[in-house]
Amino acid sequence: MAASTLEIKNLHVQIEGEEILKGVNLTIRGGEFHAVMGPNGTGKSTLASAIMGHPKFEITEGEVFLDGENVLEMEVDERAQAGLFLAMQYPSEISGVTNSDFLRSSINAHREEGDEIPLMKFIKEMDGAMDDLEIDKNMAQRYLNEGFSGGEKKRNEILQLMMLKPAIAILDEIDSGLDIDALKVVANGINKMRNEEFGCLIITHYQRLLDYITPDHVHVMMQGRVVKSGGPELAHRLEAEGYDWIKEELGIDDETVGQKA
Amino acid sequence: MAVETQLPYDKQYITEYSDKRNEPNWFKDIRLKGLELSEELPMPVVKKTRIRNWNFTNFKHDVAGEKISSFDELPERIRALLDEDSDNNNLIIVRNNDVAYASLEDSLKDQGVIFTDIFTAMNEHSDLVQKHFMQEGVKVDENKMTARHAALLNSGIFLYVPKKVVVEQPIQVIFWQEDQEAAFFNHVLLVAEEQSEVTYVENYVSENDEEETVANIVSEVFAHDASKVSYGAVDHFAKGTTSYVNRRGTVGRDATLEWALGQMNDGNTISENITNLMGENALSHAKAVSVGRGNQAQDFTANIRHFGKASEGYILQHGVMKDQSSAIFNGIGKIEHGASKSNAEQESRVLMLSEGARGDANPILLIDEDDVTAGHAASVGRVDPLQLFYLMSRGISQHEAERLVIHGFLDPVVREIPIKTVQKQLREVIEGKVN
Repeated sequence: MAASTLEIKNLHVQIEGEEILKGVNLTIRGGEFHAVMGPNGTGKSTLASAIMGHPKFEITEGEVFLDGENVLEMEVDERAQAGLFLAMQYPSEISGVTNSDFLRSSINAHREEGDEIPLMKFIKEMDGAMDDLEIDKNMAQRYLNEGFSGGEKKRNEILQLMMLKPAIAILDEIDSGLDIDALKVVANGINKMRNEEFGCLIITHYQRLLDYITPDHVHVMMQGRVVKSGGPELAHRLEAEGYDWIKEELGIDDETVGQKA
Repeated sequence: MAVETQLPYDKQYITEYSDKRNEPNWFKDIRLKGLELSEELPMPVVKKTRIRNWNFTNFKHDVAGEKISSFDELPERIRALLDEDSDNNNLIIVRNNDVAYASLEDSLKDQGVIFTDIFTAMNEHSDLVQKHFMQEGVKVDENKMTARHAALLNSGIFLYVPKKVVVEQPIQVIFWQEDQEAAFFNHVLLVAEEQSEVTYVENYVSENDEEETVANIVSEVFAHDASKVSYGAVDHFAKGTTSYVNRRGTVGRDATLEWALGQMNDGNTISENITNLMGENALSHAKAVSVGRGNQAQDFTANIRHFGKASEGYILQHGVMKDQSSAIFNGIGKIEHGASKSNAEQESRVLMLSEGARGDANPILLIDEDDVTAGHAASVGRVDPLQLFYLMSRGISQHEAERLVIHGFLDPVVREIPIKTVQKQLREVIEGKVN
């Protein structure tokens, strides 16, 4: 399979009538890791959710293509089957559905009927990924995210990422609420995914995640747009100097958009 | 059209029916008292559900059922209920009003366990049955339905576990209403003596989608001091059956009674589950799930009454409502004066799958003691769009995502059903009802 390309063109998104994204342009190719940074309330998470088709967001203008296919015309499950994945900031808790059953249903949803993953193969893969992420094995039989700590939820998102092996993954603040040890484990899992085909869009407002996952491209969002792009050195400068120099450079007074997240 | 509320059965019929079955006099007297009371007593009180036009009187009362010599003679849907993890040594199959198959392990017989139909029991173990039958548990004079139950009883099971006897394998009864119009006036009497343990599972099955009949079920469970009783049930009467179900538990000191009820009837249903925690440290979990479909109306009550000190009662009711169905879920925790240190918790949740469905959760806590803890949670809502988004974002279709959420919603009770094959069959029933 050749590497995929996700193109976001002039994306405008509203929530409850209020415009949050005001024309985002980004292209992520397989093999590339992109980081989208920015202070709180600048539209980063909205970008992630809107691409995946979150029911609360309305796209008013712009286009999103995955390998030339119009993502915005697809249902949420079709987007996933086309190769997109979103590791969510606040994953839903689903009572009565075990993590393991959910994972297996997810994997089989990507396969043809009659070609379901053999149970033993599934268990082996899941055990391996759980070891990588230092997840307690009994989590497989717990109900999906129910009663999980913040850290467990994040690890569980990455577990799904590793099992589903999407073409392009969007990680929405996967580092928030993780202590430094957990952060390293999660980063390690994500780095294991790195190859010439896998593309990743990492959304964070802390530089610290990027100490463990080196992005190829760094973008800064303010006021619902990408206002600055660069290489890994941009992240280092943000760490050293914060965001104020960008605001000054661009004459931005208030970087947020809409109601603060 | 005026709906008939009086029975077409008289004293002579009841007397002849009782004589035909060689019943002891004390039992015949209960029947006749029931008949008399059934004419004067009011219907059970169900608020918010209109039962005035329900069929309670149109049915066939006395229908024989043939014995089976092999499980191969059973239709697939009955065979599917058999416990595949055991040799079905502790099993009774009731076909219409007769026992079609009965088996109990010799080792249990040797220890004094009694597992038989109630007619045999009232002759062979008259004292034991008389002591418990409609005395302390469900009383004949509670309402028109309990009185009618006593008068017309045509089926039943007696399960008796002597002191300190631990029954390892689940005891199973399948009530198979093969005749489309046969009525079940069925009584389950389960007595677990001190320090005994038993797991009992029952299935009610019928296929009368068109023909009308009634089911009038009373279960009385006595969990004496320090005993452990686990009671699982799957009610699955077809659309034509109007059901009145009354399951009552009496729990002694340090005893535990666990209910796991799959309330899957397709017809109009009144189902009441009351547990009286009589002794100190008595414990009960009353868990029930329901699915309503078509235009059926149902009224469910789960009620735990605390009399003993430091008694604990936990109610959990989850219902899924679709089409034009309606259901009321009453959850009642009552702590009596003197039951200090007790804890009454309850959770009632209703998931609505269509615009036309109606569901109500009524949590009630009645507390006559200071030093206690109690809590309740109730909700009525739709499938959460964010849950669907989450599942679909992994490639799962909307239909499958909804299916997962619904099964998950019912799973806390389904997984408590003691026999794996009955659990599996309950999941299939749920699948069939929600799809």
